Amino acid sequence: MPRLAEPTAVQPVESAMVPRLFRLVDRRQDTADTFTIMLEPNDGVPLAFIPGQFTMLSAFGVGEVPISVSGDAHVAGPLQHTVRDVGAVTHALARTPVGDVMGVRGPYGTGWDVADGQGRDVVFVGGGIGLAPLRPAVLEVLAHREDFGRVVLMYGARSPEELLFVDELKQWEDQGIEVLVTVDYGRESWQGRVGLVTKLIPRAGFDPMSTLALICGPEVMMRHTALALVGRGVRSSRIRVSLERNMRCGVGLCGHCQYRELFVCVDGPVLPYAQVTGLLGLREV
Amino acid sequence: MRTIEQYLPDHPFFEGLDAPTLALVAGCATNISLAAGEYLCHEGDAADQFFVVRRGRVAIEVHGPAAGTLVLDTADEGDVVGWSWLVPPYVSTFDARAAEATGVVAFDGACLRGKCDTDSHLGYELMKRVTQVMNGRLVAAQMRLLDLYGGPGATDASPR
Amino acid sequence: MLMDNEVRMDDIQGMVLLVPGLQSLIDLLRERGWAVIGPTVRDGAVVHAEIESVDQLPRGVGDLQDAGSYRLRERDDEALFAFAAGPQAWKSLLFPSRELLWSGRRVGAEKEVTPAVVDAKRLALFGVRSCDLHALAIHDRVLAKREVTDTAYVARREATFIVALTCSDPAGTCFCVSMGTGPVPDEGFDLALTELLDQDGHRFLVVPGSDRGQEVLDELKSRAGDGGVMPAGEQDHLAAEEVGAAAAQHMGRSLDTNGLRDLLYAHPEHPQWADVASRCLACTNCTLVCPTCFCTSVDVVSDLTGSATERWRVWDSCFTTDFSYLHGGSVRDSVQSRYRQWATHKLASWVDQFGTSGCVGCGRCITWCPAAIDLTAEVAAIRSGKE
Repeated sequence: MPRLAEPTAVQPVESAMVPRLFRLVDRRQDTADTFTIMLEPNDGVPLAFIPGQFTMLSAFGVGEVPISVSGDAHVAGPLQHTVRDVGAVTHALARTPVGDVMGVRGPYGTGWDVADGQGRDVVFVGGGIGLAPLRPAVLEVLAHREDFGRVVLMYGARSPEELLFVDELKQWEDQGIEVLVTVDYGRESWQGRVGLVTKLIPRAGFDPMSTLALICGPEVMMRHTALALVGRGVRSSRIRVSLERNMRCGVGLCGHCQYRELFVCVDGPVLPYAQVTGLLGLREV
Repeated sequence: MRTIEQYLPDHPFFEGLDAPTLALVAGCATNISLAAGEYLCHEGDAADQFFVVRRGRVAIEVHGPAAGTLVLDTADEGDVVGWSWLVPPYVSTFDARAAEATGVVAFDGACLRGKCDTDSHLGYELMKRVTQVMNGRLVAAQMRLLDLYGGPGATDASPR
Repeated sequence: MLMDNEVRMDDIQGMVLLVPGLQSLIDLLRERGWAVIGPTVRDGAVVHAEIESVDQLPRGVGDLQDAGSYRLRERDDEALFAFAAGPQAWKSLLFPSRELLWSGRRVGAEKEVTPAVVDAKRLALFGVRSCDLHALAIHDRVLAKREVTDTAYVARREATFIVALTCSDPAGTCFCVSMGTGPVPDEGFDLALTELLDQDGHRFLVVPGSDRGQEVLDELKSRAGDGGVMPAGEQDHLAAEEVGAAAAQHMGRSLDTNGLRDLLYAHPEHPQWADVASRCLACTNCTLVCPTCFCTSVDVVSDLTGSATERWRVWDSCFTTDFSYLHGGSVRDSVQSRYRQWATHKLASWVDQFGTSGCVGCGRCITWCPAAIDLTAEVAAIRSGKE
């Protein structure tokens, strides 16, 4: 009778696919469908990240989703994510009560590398929820404001009700950032700008010859924004975009996030525009 | 503050116009100040004027019974407002309201239109510039139709 | 590969095993605690199964393979390995189609997460072809040699003993010569066999490829009294070389790999993609049988109360619609874009990602495609019909 061999050793899998447990200690509703969660690790070991990275957040029994970290990378405190409720997992995260435990894996991916902008002007362009992954980079610049030249934040959202971090935007202005906000449409009570975020580029106060530009938002918006920046003279090697693709592992093993030869979870999500210009122009890559 | 003759040559919309044409155009222009809430034009008015914003902000609006007032676009310093003066039936499409204390250069579009009919060189130069403004607005409007920030699925990577 | 004590084949004398000696080898491996997995015939195909006896090997069985076609045939000899690649790659043993990652329990607001335990069975893979050896090396690069590794794969790989085999009868869809991956195994094995069936009898030349393999051979030598084990002579080595050389002359297909990466990168809109898309069913067979495909997904399995949950890693395929799901739709919605993704990844992007082609020329994707799509023909069409 054939007998299968005994296993060599019974050992737990030290696997990058097993989440750490974090407790939801606070949450804040930002807009109708977007919320911010603050997490503390059960084992007490803080999750150190660099601006631009993401984690895989796990809703118990539902699934996992990649979400950019939206908190301050250099201040001790809870791990912060800003999440939009758009599917099964994010909906479960939205409904998680304070005090409950969720899973976190990471941090993963490449960062904005804000230090590259030292001695230069820095331009942030955020579209919609894209402002959230940029926030840690903005905070990093503000923490060393004197190391950078002019700093401009251009932020576009659908409507005034969907603007994120509205109170912080004012603080950032006070701390030395030119903040230009625009919406796709507004009510009469809206005193601010209406129009595309790219419209803000020709007139914003920065020197294109010496600028680091960081863009985050829907891919169509990032493409057009990058083109407008290049049109104004910013070097495409100093423009960075943050890409998104379907992710199941976050560590380059599942293969889902491939963008031709790039793994968005390992080679990205932040990538130099110069490296992906051609790929951005292709359909269904 | 500079006179209109001093202001126009530096403005991108008028760049490249020769001196006589600039003088002609400046001759059809006046400075106007508006308080917040004052209207430059209303939907349906004869579109006899177009404007260049010197300071402040102009909100382009439309209103409806249930929608209330919706701001579709804003024009800031340097922007050109209005091209219906060149497009039949020469009637304003939207309301244009000063969103704050605003100063504009107002151009006598009806007068300029008459001059374009007889001076095709002038007509061509102005048409070139107006089509660029229209193009920018059209592209921006088409992009906003995509509603890139709205709709489902901004961040969730798991299948439904 | 994970074993770092490679031995060059032509430095070693090796041994010759008669069929009873081959049985001794199987017995010895089993005595040392390895389950021997070898080719067997089941349901009209050659598939892997645990074997105890040489009688379970496909004696006198050959195969006929073509695009979308696989048949076994009766040979007029008693060869035990005279067929080419079967539908299974070895990946289902080392990289299973379903693997538990962790299980969790909810206790009120608290959660418990228990990582899965890997049962790394000691397996001796018996009769691994050169193409599949290269596929294992490719999986090592993908799963075991990057910053984050598949720890379960690593554990299983370390518990694996490999007996490679030189192909004597390549099939109609084989093209390992084009890919530089065969037909003679060059490295990455513990022992390598060549089946010799000529006027000098039915025998197997066996050479070691590692210290472990050498140990087994030494032990076999010490049992030479059974009469099935004897030293190899020069004529046995020559005969084995001829088997390999003849096999290399009988490839069923060929693929020109010159500048292939640049070619595919340069032609994302080539009309051939639309042409193949009109035939491709997106059935995912090719990715299932391919020995280097590694894409996976994670299934969440919970009980009805939601208080117990498991995360399973499962094989996935870039040919499915939801593989690239994002923002309410799929990035690669059309079959055309999915076929292009698979072919471009396998033959081009893989080079940038892992330093080699992802294709080992085993021909399985051609044989097992229900629409009889031939990857080598598609590439040739793109090459010749340049825009």
